Amino acid sequence: MRQQARFINVGERTNVTGSAKFKKLILNGDFEAALDVARQQVENGAQIIDINMDEAMLDSKAAMVRYLQLLASEPDISRVPIMVDSSKWEVIEAALKCIQGKAVVNSISLKEGEAPFLHQARLLRRYGAAVVVMAFDEKGQADTKARKVEICQRAYKLLTEQIGFPPEDIIFDPNIFAVATGIEEHNNYAVDFIEATREIKRLCPHAKISGGVSNVSFSFRGNDAVREAIHSVFLYHAVAAGMDMGIVNAGQLTVYDDIPELLKERVEDVILNRRDDATERLLEIAAQFKGDGSVAEKIDDAWRSLPVNKRLEHALVKGITDFIDIDTEEARQQAEKPLHVIEGPLMDGMNVVGDLFGEGKMFLPQVVKSARVMKKAVAYLQPYIELEKEGGRAQGKVLLATVKGDVHDIGKNIVGVVLQCNNFEVIDLGVMVPCAELLRVAKERDVDVIGLSGLITPSLDEMVHVAKEMTRLGFTQPLLIGGATTSKAHTAVKIEPNYANGVVYVPNASRSVSVVQSLITPDSKADYLSRIKNEYVVAREQHARSRPGEKLLSFAEAKANKFQLDLSKVAPAPKQPGVHLWQDVDLNLLRDYIDWTPFFLTWQLSGKYPAILNHAEVGMEARRVFKDANAILDSMINDGHVKGKAVFGLFPANSDGEDIVVYTDESRTTEKARLYNLRQQLQLRNNAPNCSLADFIAPVGSGVKDYIGGFAVSTGFGADEFAARFAAEHDDYNSIMVKALADRLAEALAEYLHLKVRREYWGYAADELLDNEQLIRELYQGIRPAPGYPACPEHTEKGTLWQLLDVEANTGIVLTESYAMWPGAAVSGWYFGHPDSKYFAVSKIDDDQLNDYAAKKGWSTDVAQSWLAPNLR
Amino acid sequence: MTARLTPEHFRQLLSQRIFILDGAMGTMIQQHCLEEADYRGSEFANWPSDVKGNNDLLVLTQPDLIADIHRQYLLAGADIVETNSFNATTIAMADYQMQGLSARINRESAALARKVCDEITALEPNKPRFVAGVLGPTNRTASISPDVNDPGFRNVSFDELVDAYTESTHALIAGGADIIMLETIFDTLNAKAAAFAVLKVFDEVGFKLPVMISGTITDASGRTLSGQTTEAFYHSLAHVEPVCFGLNCALGPDLLRPYVETLSGVSEAYVSVHPNAGLPNEFGEYDLGAVEMAAEIADWAKQGFLNIVGGCCGTTPEHIKAIADAVKDAPARQPKAPNHSFNLAGLEAFSLEW
Repeated sequence: MRQQARFINVGERTNVTGSAKFKKLILNGDFEAALDVARQQVENGAQIIDINMDEAMLDSKAAMVRYLQLLASEPDISRVPIMVDSSKWEVIEAALKCIQGKAVVNSISLKEGEAPFLHQARLLRRYGAAVVVMAFDEKGQADTKARKVEICQRAYKLLTEQIGFPPEDIIFDPNIFAVATGIEEHNNYAVDFIEATREIKRLCPHAKISGGVSNVSFSFRGNDAVREAIHSVFLYHAVAAGMDMGIVNAGQLTVYDDIPELLKERVEDVILNRRDDATERLLEIAAQFKGDGSVAEKIDDAWRSLPVNKRLEHALVKGITDFIDIDTEEARQQAEKPLHVIEGPLMDGMNVVGDLFGEGKMFLPQVVKSARVMKKAVAYLQPYIELEKEGGRAQGKVLLATVKGDVHDIGKNIVGVVLQCNNFEVIDLGVMVPCAELLRVAKERDVDVIGLSGLITPSLDEMVHVAKEMTRLGFTQPLLIGGATTSKAHTAVKIEPNYANGVVYVPNASRSVSVVQSLITPDSKADYLSRIKNEYVVAREQHARSRPGEKLLSFAEAKANKFQLDLSKVAPAPKQPGVHLWQDVDLNLLRDYIDWTPFFLTWQLSGKYPAILNHAEVGMEARRVFKDANAILDSMINDGHVKGKAVFGLFPANSDGEDIVVYTDESRTTEKARLYNLRQQLQLRNNAPNCSLADFIAPVGSGVKDYIGGFAVSTGFGADEFAARFAAEHDDYNSIMVKALADRLAEALAEYLHLKVRREYWGYAADELLDNEQLIRELYQGIRPAPGYPACPEHTEKGTLWQLLDVEANTGIVLTESYAMWPGAAVSGWYFGHPDSKYFAVSKIDDDQLNDYAAKKGWSTDVAQSWLAPNLR
Repeated sequence: MTARLTPEHFRQLLSQRIFILDGAMGTMIQQHCLEEADYRGSEFANWPSDVKGNNDLLVLTQPDLIADIHRQYLLAGADIVETNSFNATTIAMADYQMQGLSARINRESAALARKVCDEITALEPNKPRFVAGVLGPTNRTASISPDVNDPGFRNVSFDELVDAYTESTHALIAGGADIIMLETIFDTLNAKAAAFAVLKVFDEVGFKLPVMISGTITDASGRTLSGQTTEAFYHSLAHVEPVCFGLNCALGPDLLRPYVETLSGVSEAYVSVHPNAGLPNEFGEYDLGAVEMAAEIADWAKQGFLNIVGGCCGTTPEHIKAIADAVKDAPARQPKAPNHSFNLAGLEAFSLEW
């Protein structure tokens, strides 16, 4: 096969994100059958096998390790090298610890900056692996030839010059994107890749080029014959330009010379972007080559004699705009109101489009063309609707965004187009949108529906985060979930439980219209949401049954395996017990305690402070924003725009099982409060102790006098008002700045207060001398876990803290219904002084502990389940 | 002691002539027919478990005996002696509940070899002698399950191996090793963990010693115990950039020959070999005499396969003397020039042809 002569096939089927079959086997724990998938790939000629376990419903690291260890015992598979494919560094590292041969890691990139990139590359060298470097930098994923070449050359120089990485072990993936999507900017993507390949090979001696080939034909999914032809043509040209390897289905590659001439020519037009109508011309003939042998439809005008609603449907499905004005006019005359044309025949037509697309019978570019027809029809009707004074206003407002950390937006853009031409107002925030930004706009613009999109697996976690934040912030709008790696199961199991006001998985772009329609029409919304809710309950049950899961100990076993506290090291009695109040904190004191790194992350500038200020790429921007920040900070502090307050206390305490008993006084006879804690129940590696925060306090009856502290601080007083002044002047930059800085000051106040407590108020570390960098790295004795965070994940315990310190009366920091703190720039938590106390994550608990906890809190099981949802299986 | 041996200096020495490695330690110890009490010495008289057979412990309890074996090999012509630390990792020492002595044994094994080398070098200053600090394979395998019913099971992890090898490496360097030698590798993943530890320790101490890597082809299948071919083994550890790649143990020179030839054909590093004195007979003894063994090795040298040669199980100072004499005038092999070819490995090597 000619195109394979100088080309390495990397088998792609052992990939949970690319193969539904493999994913199902892994999720079901059927590793035996999953090994057969690898075996078939090798038998079919895969020279390397790509293994990917990046699936949100899976413990990716454990699945990867298990699979590789089993694979090591199968010599007919393990004879070939392995490509470890993951976007998670911990999965990559765990995998390399199981592979005796020389593997390839796929992939690392400059996405997070040079320091982590070089750190990872150094370690990869130490593990003895070759590396795929994706053309991705701090600014995003490279799409044009120039960007691809620029990033790869930069990475090459860094790797070879700074850490002596052997150039022959560097493989670049300059990103293969889908062509023929119907979106003009995508037409040159294949050419960009091919040209970049040629240039990178020239500029980076000995480096290799690889890519995920099946992406290129993404718009033709469902038509394997055309997809294979596209792959062959693409490879033919890319390999000639120097592409060395690619991730392909090894059993499924057509020979370039065997592609029928007509198909080859039109595919080549698309790949090489030789003519503007290349996509249309390939679509024209695509059906002829469909695997089922169906022939191309004859072009005829018979449809013109159909009734008008059928003609509109036909025009929408086929993307024909020639007659749309005449047909729309005819429909308008027949309709009672112009709006009814949209709600009736046009919507019906779009629903047909949606169904066909959903069934894989229509392709992306065709849907975009359908949308164009729709837009034209709506535009034609618009003056009539306005005349009736009932239109003019959009049906509803939809906010769309690709979540933080993700740059893929084809699907989301399509959803935007389709919704817009269905007369919805669409606010598209673009890509890499941070949760706070997204929710801020949603609130500001009072949208009716929020839609999240994402393609890479880490985006799934971010979506869960958005759902949680929507709950925390009291949102009521329905949340739509879409994008290639999303699924009904993930939505039902991981996202929907975190948000009560409607989470709907939208399987494809054209389906979005009917979903949004149902959600915006007041009559149908409640019914629709309750139907979806029920569907998800069923989906969750199915999932629970199918999941082998981690092993949970019984609560009794977990208790027996508690952390053993060294009683000889218990911190001494506080020098200043009781409750203390700082009414007006000198905020200038806090400037030295600010951890700036997260501040830069807020602005999407990743890198550690202060190194980031001299960073080659983002340094200039970082310096600019840092200067602006300090100017605003001066004003915030010196002009008294914001105020900081803190309340904290130190109390006699002993532990009682998972509870911490706080006493009224040193006689330890009267309980002032009881803090309820959870205990880790997962069976931990090497039988490590199953911790509860209570384990870090000397138990009742031990005779040891122990203590606990609590605190609540805020620097948010006045911040919202100050930010609003800027927002009113349309100065979003400074408005965000004020809030981001208030957050930083609150964290700094928490840090400073903790230091004062350790050195003076409690005084167990009177001689401690740590600089800010060491404080950020938590090198001090003791911890300050916050309710709602992993060691004490249950939020209502904040209520006990509020009572103990009388936080609201003392400071004015209030708790919302969902136990969020207001002002937002606030931090609260407990102080533990024992030197062995440490942060940990409670993670999953079982029903026995849930029931125990519910009984202690005086809750019904339902209430307990809702507060502990993230910790339940 | 002279300046620390650098990888560059060692490479320069190896480019000039064939170097001689010592022979078997275990075989020599066996000849003394030591009993339980000899192994224990006074310090471990009351040790709770039996320690007979713990040869590495002898650097603490019978240091003179071990020093004498080193001395015999050096006088027979060896340029490099291996420390008596083959089983001294915490993992292997756990068999005797002596994991707590691991660092001490490693350090003493190097100090003892150092002392004898310096003593002989002083007699013959124009021929410096070197200490190769040995990291053995341990008695566990990171890529093979010990449980036939669960092929996914492992009784040692990469991280545990890294911890054990880190401790040994630090101690070998502290004791005065010139070279770090990973030998008798039958599971490449164990060796990758050892190499990971060694490179980490070099970072920690702030300098690099020359590294020697030596694998074991277990039988006529031509593969390591964990299933890799010679080339796959080579590519899997090439990232360590060892001064020397080699093969040792399991086979005598006749059966080992094809793999030595293969390795010599691909290696961009220098090549070492220390074969057994044939295969063991029905009494577990090695019969291949010094003269026959030297004859085979003389031919390897003539073919240009070799940079370092010595002996493994069954060999004695007599073998080493014969081998040293046999290769005395043969030219040193020149390593393959780096050609930037792209190589990967599973159980078999994967090399790009273009």
